[in-house]
Amino acid sequence: MTAAAAFTLEVPNPGRWPIFGWFAVLFLAGAQITAFAISPPDRDMGDLQKILYVHVPTAWNMGICYLLVAIYSFRFLWKRDDRDDLIAASAAEVGTLLNGLTLVLGMIWARPTWGVWWVWDARLTSTLIMFLVFAGYLALRAFVEEPDRRALWSAVAGIMGAINYPIVYMSVRWWRTIHQVQSTPSTLDPTYTFSLRLNAVAVLFILIYFIRRRYEAALTERVAEQVSQAAALGGPLNA
Amino acid sequence: MAFRDEWLRARAVAWKDLMAERRSKAGFNSVAALGVTILVLFGFALGPDAEAIRAAAPGALWLAALFAGVLAFNRSYQVELDGGALEPLLMYPGARRSIFAGKLLANFVFVFLLLVIVIAVSLVLFHITVPSTWPRLLLVVLLGEVGLVTLGTFYAAMASRSRAREVLLPLLLFPMLVPVLLAAMQATKALLVGDVMHDAGAWTNLLVAYDVIFLISTFLAFDYVIEA
Repeated sequence: MTAAAAFTLEVPNPGRWPIFGWFAVLFLAGAQITAFAISPPDRDMGDLQKILYVHVPTAWNMGICYLLVAIYSFRFLWKRDDRDDLIAASAAEVGTLLNGLTLVLGMIWARPTWGVWWVWDARLTSTLIMFLVFAGYLALRAFVEEPDRRALWSAVAGIMGAINYPIVYMSVRWWRTIHQVQSTPSTLDPTYTFSLRLNAVAVLFILIYFIRRRYEAALTERVAEQVSQAAALGGPLNA
Repeated sequence: MAFRDEWLRARAVAWKDLMAERRSKAGFNSVAALGVTILVLFGFALGPDAEAIRAAAPGALWLAALFAGVLAFNRSYQVELDGGALEPLLMYPGARRSIFAGKLLANFVFVFLLLVIVIAVSLVLFHITVPSTWPRLLLVVLLGEVGLVTLGTFYAAMASRSRAREVLLPLLLFPMLVPVLLAAMQATKALLVGDVMHDAGAWTNLLVAYDVIFLISTFLAFDYVIEA
């Protein structure tokens, strides 16, 4: 089906992306230092509040990753370009990583603040379910070897996972609110907001770099698959 | 006319699956036995205290249906894959979604019979008294089953044709089923105590919304899943 068109794929050139990677890491370090320096300790939480400068940016960027998965999955179903599938896969991997980080960092913050590692609140629970949904997505990719099939199926699974998120959130919210009302105070000092946004941008750079490098690797693997397929069929080795 | 043709095709697929099942009975008997076993194990996990068992009954019931149902979903493609019959089935004229509809229908009947057994056994084991609101309870059971079977049949179309299907199906399916299981358990729980809090209605609405959303999206997506 897509085999003829897909054979035009080329091994990507990293170009200046490694330099961008160093920039992203240094930018993140700088953003963290800035946030620590300018924001005063929280009245109740003290310096514990600083963990929010990694927790909240990873959570926001996780959302961006999953949005990218949904967009590129739709684009793949529409255009059937292998590159869209590989971008979706790369975004899903980075998204799952950030999702795991969000959960762990949140727990580290929750333990001293709420006294427990975990509460069954709508946001926490739906974040965990999302992690499991995308763990399933990555397992699906790992367990299906035929490239066209893998691309189609994971596009569908990615879209279904994205559709599921608001429903999971709603259902857990109802489940909770029937028993107890959740309080989430969210009034922030301007220095906090600035630091959060600065770090969100920093994590966004890291995200772009990760997705790009992961995409290069995925594309290289895909080209290798095509070459070995062509060789097995006795075709030309011109990829 | 076209709709009627599709319905006839779906019915033929469902009939074929159910007939194959009825003639062997091996699948249903083992899945039903597994469902009952899971209920018994829940009884041990929740302890001999009758009150605790009764309170946890809705959860145990739905989880037993879920774990046993998963085997049914993979089976519904496995028999055809083993016999090399899926490819010819796809080559028949007409929309692929009627194949999905047929599989869905057959699984619905299969899981419904499973639920009848699981519910009957849990009535006995978990000391449940049938409430006066039982028609609404039946509605909740059917709505929950639609959600379970829709996504189960859909994801099994992928999982059963991959390596490691035993792991892959639950891994894909269970997180997606969280809302439907949660809603079905909560509605069942509320109705069993006579819906004193009047929250069963909200959960039933959620079940309906879930069923509609995923029925539509799986029917739209099935062509992509089966084409590869």
